[in-house]
Amino acid sequence: MPILKKGQRYFCNYKMSLFYFIAFLSILFALLVIFSKNPVHSVLYLILTFFTFTIHYVLLNAQFLAIVNFIVYMGAIMVLFLFVLMLLNLNNDSEPVKTNLVKFAAIIGGCCLLLTVAASLKVASPSIPVVLANPNLGLVKGLGKVLFTQFLLPFEISSLLLFTAMVGAVLLATKDKTNA
Amino acid sequence: METLTQNIQSVPLNHYIILSAIIFSIGVMGVLIRRNAIVIFMSVELMLNSVNLLLTVFSVYHGDASGQVFVFFIMALAAAEVAVGLAIIVMVYRNTNSLDINVLNRLKW
Repeated sequence: MPILKKGQRYFCNYKMSLFYFIAFLSILFALLVIFSKNPVHSVLYLILTFFTFTIHYVLLNAQFLAIVNFIVYMGAIMVLFLFVLMLLNLNNDSEPVKTNLVKFAAIIGGCCLLLTVAASLKVASPSIPVVLANPNLGLVKGLGKVLFTQFLLPFEISSLLLFTAMVGAVLLATKDKTNA
Repeated sequence: METLTQNIQSVPLNHYIILSAIIFSIGVMGVLIRRNAIVIFMSVELMLNSVNLLLTVFSVYHGDASGQVFVFFIMALAAAEVAVGLAIIVMVYRNTNSLDINVLNRLKW
């Protein structure tokens, strides 16, 4: 079933380029996140990276995840990052920089990791196209049904996790009165 | 939505895996290269997101909704992690007046 017919493949070929364009953009912005000097620029590029991930989710017809990614990551988490950056009021001269040797070694290490994963892929299997078997898989209705029947206990526990994180964050960030 | 789902039909699974591997490696490199604690945190977020994308792709590929539910849980976990981590970073900054992780090298021992 995953193997497409020839006519269908021609039809899809020009639309496939959309995926490759978005993938290129996400790699580019991810590189800019780690290589830009100013942390505020890093946060802004990270927002763009997450936006390209949202587009990937839309292309995969995972609409619920696309919306959640948009709201949680690009909304809540990025605002938190920006807020902390602005709160700490960093100067450019206080930005720590690693030596070139460490940077070079880190890049070599990262490339080795990538090479290992890609090489293991070569052995694994031939390339099979991703075909959407069930069109309403990623919709809110289908996911909600799975979430509230099969995964009800983890769902409830995740609420406990969020509550614990909130209490922990408040506890950590408030000033210690006994030391002051 | 019909046209959107058509888009993806001919993208091979391997290309998705390679994309996720590249983003994950970029995250690892970011953790190793930078010394600013907040940027290191952002690199961790990058790694989490690449895994999320891969889980979604495999969920669509197998037609199983459990993968996307797991992505949802990972997102909840990431939100909790960011809240606690940024609180720790604020506290570290208050105590040491810098975000350099080498100030915290006593944690290595």
